[in-house]
Amino acid sequence: MSQSSIIPLTEGLPGQRIRIHHMTLEGTMRRRLLDLGFVPGSEVKVLQRSPLGDPVAFRVIHTTIALRKEESSQIFGEIIGGEYHESTH
Amino acid sequence: MNPRTNPKHSQKNPFRIALAGNPNTGKSTLFNALTGLRQHTGNWPGKTVIHAEGSYQYDGDAYTVIDLPGTYSLYSNSADEEVARDCIIFEKPDVTVVVLDATAMERNMNLALQVLEMADRVVLCINLMDEAKKKGIYINEKSLSKKLGVPVVKTSARNRDGLDRLQKVIQEMAYGRTKTNPYRIRYSDELEEKISALEESVTSTFGDRLPARWVALRLLDGDQSLIDSLHQRIELHRKEVHNHGVDESLYPVEA
Ligand SMILES: Nc1nc2c(ncn2[C@@H]2O[C@H](COP(=O)(O)OP(=O)(O)O)[C@@H](O)[C@H]2O)c(=O)[nH]1
Ligand SMILES: [Mg+2]
Repeated sequence: MSQSSIIPLTEGLPGQRIRIHHMTLEGTMRRRLLDLGFVPGSEVKVLQRSPLGDPVAFRVIHTTIALRKEESSQIFGEIIGGEYHESTH
Repeated sequence: MNPRTNPKHSQKNPFRIALAGNPNTGKSTLFNALTGLRQHTGNWPGKTVIHAEGSYQYDGDAYTVIDLPGTYSLYSNSADEEVARDCIIFEKPDVTVVVLDATAMERNMNLALQVLEMADRVVLCINLMDEAKKKGIYINEKSLSKKLGVPVVKTSARNRDGLDRLQKVIQEMAYGRTKTNPYRIRYSDELEEKISALEESVTSTFGDRLPARWVALRLLDGDQSLIDSLHQRIELHRKEVHNHGVDESLYPVEA
């Protein structure tokens, strides 16, 4: 897998599955996201983006979690599957 | 592995059992099933977090149960998490029961592993077993117990299934008759070296009053909330000693 396939979660499209690679967040927010399941090596799914693209909902260990751009732009991963589905609402 | 027993338990000095767990794992249901109407609520000292405490009798002994706030972690520094952490670390319950949702083991394991790093006297209670069965989820509690080094009990608190067994396992541990070997994550050699060094100074400061390895890990992680809590406890203790000559709770050895 080439480095170029690593994207910030902000760029994930609905339906895509992304494997977390690393985070540039620090401190309490980093800890909180780790606790929620955004752990390097784990898989998250992009659910839907709100109209302005912020926040974005993710499926992580069977739970839906919405992240603001502030956080999702600092979490990086590689796309491992899934297609883009136009959100129906 | 169980250095601390409570030799002075009695009707007036019951065993203390803390319930920890993620939200919605059935902690309060279990708490109610165990304690019935023998419970009261209030606030934790200085916090807006609800404190629920109840009691039950088992085999001639009195037990106090503390229903800790439901949290996904003990490290993210919300008031709920601080309360749960401080209770486990400073009040050292005779047994800490981690309640897990049998249908969401992966998510629940984060908190369970954290508690295993903090305490020796831990029981894992895998609740909502009726739901898990419906979903075709099978849990091998023997294998889990072996891997994690602590007793594992399956329950359906809403139907009171497994409560007898849970109480029995709690009793055995409260009496110090259960040997545990809680699973502790081993980090890289470089980190382990730093942990050891810090662990030594933690031990020379606090003796065996605090889990030294865990405190060392939190210090390495820069956990300001824990540092603040440690300072508070030390201050509180100094005042108590000054006012009443009490000398048994947490304070640095050389103080
Ligand atoms: N099916 C089933 N439901 C349960 C069980 N234990 C608790 N519940 C339900 O799970 C929900 C959350 O329980 P609660 O005790 O409030 O969880 P807490 O947030 O951990 O205190 C409630 O609707 C309970 O009735 C159980 O063993 N089986
Ligand atoms: Mg509750």
